[in-house]
Amino acid sequence: MRPPILAAWLGRAEVAPPPDIASAALRSDRFRLAREGEWRRLEEIVTRMERGQLRRIADADLIALPALYRTAASSLAVARETSLDAATLAYLEALVQRAWFQVYGPRQGLVRWLRGFLFGGWSRTVRAVGLDMAIALGVMLAGVLVGWLLVAGDEAWYFRLVPSGLADTRVPGASREALLATLGTEKSAGGLSAFAAQLFSNNSAVCILAFALGFAFGIPSLMLLVHNMAMLGALVWLFAGEGLGLELVAWLSVHGTTELFGILLSGAAGLHIGRAMAFPGELGVLEAASAAGRRSALVMVGVVLMMIIAALLEAFARQLVGGTTERLAIGGTMLAFWLSYFFLYRPPARGEGGA
Amino acid sequence: MSAAAPSAGRARSLITPEGLALPLTLASRGARAGALVIDLAIIVAILVAVQLLLLFLAAGLLSGTAFDPDRATRGAQEFLAVLLALIVFAFWYGYFLVQELGPRGATLGKRLVGIRIAARGGGRLTAEAVIARNLLRDIEIFYPLIFLLVLAVAGSGEEEVGALGWAATAWFALFLLFPFFNRDGLRAGDIVAGTWVVERPRARLAPVLSAAPAAASGASALTGARYQFGEAELSVYGEKELQTLERLLREGEPQALVAVHATICRKIGWEPGAGDERAFLEAFYAQLRGRLEADLRFGKRKADKFS
Repeated sequence: MRPPILAAWLGRAEVAPPPDIASAALRSDRFRLAREGEWRRLEEIVTRMERGQLRRIADADLIALPALYRTAASSLAVARETSLDAATLAYLEALVQRAWFQVYGPRQGLVRWLRGFLFGGWSRTVRAVGLDMAIALGVMLAGVLVGWLLVAGDEAWYFRLVPSGLADTRVPGASREALLATLGTEKSAGGLSAFAAQLFSNNSAVCILAFALGFAFGIPSLMLLVHNMAMLGALVWLFAGEGLGLELVAWLSVHGTTELFGILLSGAAGLHIGRAMAFPGELGVLEAASAAGRRSALVMVGVVLMMIIAALLEAFARQLVGGTTERLAIGGTMLAFWLSYFFLYRPPARGEGGA
Repeated sequence: MSAAAPSAGRARSLITPEGLALPLTLASRGARAGALVIDLAIIVAILVAVQLLLLFLAAGLLSGTAFDPDRATRGAQEFLAVLLALIVFAFWYGYFLVQELGPRGATLGKRLVGIRIAARGGGRLTAEAVIARNLLRDIEIFYPLIFLLVLAVAGSGEEEVGALGWAATAWFALFLLFPFFNRDGLRAGDIVAGTWVVERPRARLAPVLSAAPAAASGASALTGARYQFGEAELSVYGEKELQTLERLLREGEPQALVAVHATICRKIGWEPGAGDERAFLEAFYAQLRGRLEADLRFGKRKADKFS
């Protein structure tokens, strides 16, 4: 066992010039000495690239990179059949592998990827999970219905569905005024931005959970959706009983159209993975899961963005805008925006990465 | 190579688009756990530093108001709170994403233990894959941990925790032990993203052995003796022994050279001398390799001395 070479960390030691080709007794060593220069040049370029010093590589070197990589790969293929020098073979294998990672590595940084994602990539992916979205939507509607029916049948269900911390005065039997007060506005924006940040981390955690639970064939994702929506159904029942149904919907719609859409998408993303694992089709389970996983991950990045917007709307717009019509207008605009962004905005796919 | 024995079960191969099979070694589970611990330590240290800095700023805001919080500018305080939330969020995800998307395909912790991520099956590593594997890290480790902590706090009060704690523990254990239940040591995020974690090769080009004077001519510079081995003497060993000899010559441990010199002499029926072991071994190595490589060109391989 050789200890990790310190020189590799601190910078490269000076390389001794290779001996004269003719001095080597063996044909395989002469083969190596004849090509050693190109290998070292490739190693130099690859090392620079690994350090992220792309700008400090000469243009000629960058142009030569693919050719150098193929030379090294073919050297390795030849050396395996003609040379018994284990050290040289190990060096070549390591070199070709490192160069392969650079030549076939991720071709875009985070910023470029994000741009492609926002302008086309995201909506394309969302359309690709359309079937899962339809299923998730159905499940969510069923969840609201279940919540409503349960509470309508027996008021005790209300306390099981709605956690008490969330709805302090919003309990069955509360007066119309008390309920209306919970839909009110704050007088100033003070304190709301911190509230928004807290809402955001809370909501995106729920979404990531719905996505990640898709791993267990999507069933927990659906259960999570049903549970959350049943809570909503119970709330709607309570307010509708006092004739405040429209006010509640307006109050919810300000951020809800964005937030529920995000929850819908994350449930669909989780379901997409679960479906791919349960019914992998012609692929192996692992391949199907990873293809679906990459698609769903894209959807999820978008969901996190939606949660940021939803939290801002929830904290500011909802607490500051009081009128039912204004609230409905904001919520409706957001919904129209998301729908047109996902289903009408179809720029042509450019280059790679269109999963 | 030196790490051949313990990593035999972790050897995989990758087919490049050129059709060349490249050997890969999967990272051991211990190395990956170590890398995660290092990364977490870095993240926590930096976040604590940021928090202290912001606290310092907040204290500065308060001191201007004679430590009366009501008189402090609420906007500035809130700005700091929002800033903190955003920094934590961006750093938490950005740390892994930016580094793993970079040319090294590894976070600082992974680099320190010498591993990197790669696409399973030799494809191109994509941004989506890196994002997917990092999003799943959250539910694998952090949510159950936080959940357990919350439960522990709730349980220390009078609240009933009961089966929920066991469920959270089971969840945590399921994901934590996931890498032990598949051959490639994949965690759930790796499966969903189609990635795996491999060792980063670190080999340097060693000097040419057959250019040494004794190897080239068979003559020792020290004694002037010429070592010339015949057909029968060179046919006792195969490739495995040749590569063991190569390793010993490269390491150059004098005692090992003396021992192997004696062994070879006994095997081929020579009288072992003393003092000129290196020249003898270099000459033997060069001639044995020349013979085996000549056979190789005719398609004959001799794996070891028994074949």
